[in-house]
Amino acid sequence: MTTSAVTKTAEQPSRATHRVQRVVSPGGIEAWLVEEHAVPLVALEFAFLGGTAQDGAGKGGTATMLAGLLDEGAGPYDSAAFQQMLADRAIELRFYADRDTLRGSLKSLRRNADEAFDLLRLAVCEPRFDADAIARVRAQVEAGLRHVLKDPDAVSQEQFFRHAFPGHPYGRPPQGTLAEVPAITREDIAGMRSATVARSNLFVTAVGAIDAETLAARLDEIFGALPATAEVAPPADIVPATATAPVVVDIDVPQSVIRFGGPGVARRDADYLPAYVLNHILGGGAFTSRLFQEVREKRGLAYGVHTALLPLRNSTLFTGSTATKNERAAESLSVIRAEIADLLAKGPGEDELEKARQFLIGSYALHFDTSTKIARQLLQIAIDGLGIDYIDRRNDLVAAVTMADVRRAAERLFAGGEMLVVAVGRPEGL
Amino acid sequence: MTDTAPADLTPTATRHQAPEGAAAQTHTFRLDNGLDVVVIPDRRVPVVTHMVWYRNGSADDPAGKSGIAHFLEHLMFKGTAKHPAGEFSKVVSALGGQENAFTSYDYTAYFQRVAKEHLGTMMEFEADRMTGLVLSDDVVNPERDVVLEERRMRVETDPSAQLGEAMEAALYVHHPYGTPIIGWMHEIEGLNRADALAYYERFYTPENAILVVAGDVEAEEVRALADKTYGKVKPRGARPERQRTREPEPRALRKVTVADPKVEQPYVQRAYLVPSARTQTGSEAYALDVLAEILGGGATSVLYRELVMKRDIAVSAGAYYLSGMLDDSRFLVYAVPKPDISLDALDEALDGVIADFVARGVEPAELASAKTRLIAEMVYAADNQAHLARIYGAALAVGETVEEVDAWPARIEAVTAEEVVEAARRFLVARRAVIGHLAHAD
Repeated sequence: MTTSAVTKTAEQPSRATHRVQRVVSPGGIEAWLVEEHAVPLVALEFAFLGGTAQDGAGKGGTATMLAGLLDEGAGPYDSAAFQQMLADRAIELRFYADRDTLRGSLKSLRRNADEAFDLLRLAVCEPRFDADAIARVRAQVEAGLRHVLKDPDAVSQEQFFRHAFPGHPYGRPPQGTLAEVPAITREDIAGMRSATVARSNLFVTAVGAIDAETLAARLDEIFGALPATAEVAPPADIVPATATAPVVVDIDVPQSVIRFGGPGVARRDADYLPAYVLNHILGGGAFTSRLFQEVREKRGLAYGVHTALLPLRNSTLFTGSTATKNERAAESLSVIRAEIADLLAKGPGEDELEKARQFLIGSYALHFDTSTKIARQLLQIAIDGLGIDYIDRRNDLVAAVTMADVRRAAERLFAGGEMLVVAVGRPEGL
Repeated sequence: MTDTAPADLTPTATRHQAPEGAAAQTHTFRLDNGLDVVVIPDRRVPVVTHMVWYRNGSADDPAGKSGIAHFLEHLMFKGTAKHPAGEFSKVVSALGGQENAFTSYDYTAYFQRVAKEHLGTMMEFEADRMTGLVLSDDVVNPERDVVLEERRMRVETDPSAQLGEAMEAALYVHHPYGTPIIGWMHEIEGLNRADALAYYERFYTPENAILVVAGDVEAEEVRALADKTYGKVKPRGARPERQRTREPEPRALRKVTVADPKVEQPYVQRAYLVPSARTQTGSEAYALDVLAEILGGGATSVLYRELVMKRDIAVSAGAYYLSGMLDDSRFLVYAVPKPDISLDALDEALDGVIADFVARGVEPAELASAKTRLIAEMVYAADNQAHLARIYGAALAVGETVEEVDAWPARIEAVTAEEVVEAARRFLVARRAVIGHLAHAD
């Protein structure tokens, strides 16, 4: 097989990305647009900086409830009427909150786009927060929390963040807890909306059957009535904690979820892409990664093993996980530790590095093959402040990552030698 | 609205969906050795989705060998005489491709997503492993451990998944859909190299395969590449036969409960035995598609409106239907109770909602709204080449035709209010049902 091709200088991942336009509305709202008429739909993605890290003390779950309530009645329409207007036109409108942002996603057939935009305007500008809707969404958030209360994977995530970010907003469960959610009031929710849903911290991208002029006008109609300035104070910068002894949480199941990690590299740090390449080599998701080969292929220890860089806005995180039967949990963890130690001591092989660059360059186009995927990629690039031309530059940046860069990234990710390890189940030998 | 439908209720099998005719111009042809080909051009991005589907799934597992279809799917990554273990994955990875495979009740499929210039390479490798697989105990034994870990992860640690298995086992008293796709733990433990090879030789043939290519390609280009690769695989003369038992007419309402200390949020679910798109005698499957949308598709559905909005006894409720099955399928209904509501009370309420629905009939507005959403899904699907490839592949693998897929929006449009009510009246009855409870145990 002809796998010896050297890394090519980046090709365009997508024809569409040649055509990212910066659209600025008369009122000064910016959006990035890819106009594409092949399929008669419009996809809009947007985010307000804020998110679950803004939840007040003892009020965890506020941002999640806010996201759940934005499509539960707005302007003249109660929840049922609002949902009916969306459903009758097959308009898909979703809001959700992560640690750093409150996000929304809108998808509509071209012929219903104007009505979709108007419903979005109502949702962000005039949400009602009716008492019955608050009660309903609260019950749904609580049911969601109960559903995963003893789920090993969910518990491992919660415990990992708790121990990595003790006392910090990032350490709290993003959906709150069963003790907190009942205490959230309408004032908490409305207060978070007025602080967060504003023009100064808004990012918007659009893909599909809409031109720049139309989008510019719609941006003012949708978002123009929002307050100019958000009142969001970002959480304090924090370095995730590591520990010498694993945190073990007992749940009576035959398999243990093992989650591990520590400090990562910030998204705009010069070492981010080297760390990203390193992560791909270690456990980035391809069947060729070291952990996949050592943990799954050679030893049959687990079905999946993955690692990732999670760049939070005020911290950095490198994390991975796997699930192994309790009797072999210690073996899995020691195989993972050995691969990390080997990458730190020796670095990857030249060929391994070359293959990783080839993969990351070649696969970039696969992130741009649907309207929603393009809009989401662009939105994240906008939020991260990487520039509207980043898609065109990105593959050259990956191609330029050298062995020295990757070794330096390994020093930064693994050099402390300590990781936070959380194991949930009945792991033996940890 | 916050989605609290238990994730485990997400169906494994792909729903039968078709794109708007204008959006996807498909091309179909058959190679001389009997292999069917579907090409779905999407010129927006220079990538292709390359899939090969085999018309065999877990429901074709021999008795006592449950899980063999899925186990073999794993073993298909273990190399051939021509390309040793790991080489295919290394090539896919070096080319920046994505790859994976999946097994369902009626089919098994393998796919890669790559830049369009690498399509020929993918076809060469995929055609090679149609007949060239080499297995040794050194790779078979650790991979069986991987599958056992997969089952532990998906089922053994998750009471919701255990309820799903128990309900299917109760619903299908005679048909193999009652056996989990991944297999029962004790039978997976016994699967070996000889089982895998026997199964492979029986089903992995050109006559039994469907090639689906979606993306930045022309049909003629695919045909030329397919002739050079898949076309070289020797035909066996006939497609292997599936030996399926038929489910008898059901008579008994069945109730199953999984009670576990890990369950903190109980719910009820029910499954009704109903025709699939393949086993319908008229147009019941289309009526059931519309019924599922009206009864349980989202926040405006009958179940959500009644149980969540009006009576305030559930935090969520819904329904869905899997039409794309070779044999009789199932219609599923679920509801998640509020804390002070018992599962029995919720069952009673569900019965009431369904009875009232049958009695009152379907409003023209709710029929039109449901059809709009179902047909819009097709436009949204046309935005996603990988999704389109799955729609066509899954349909052909259960014996539907491309024409039937393309006619789906028109068939949905033609469904009448009377047909929807008749489907509910006829199929959503106790004798066809399994009621499942997920409950807390101390």
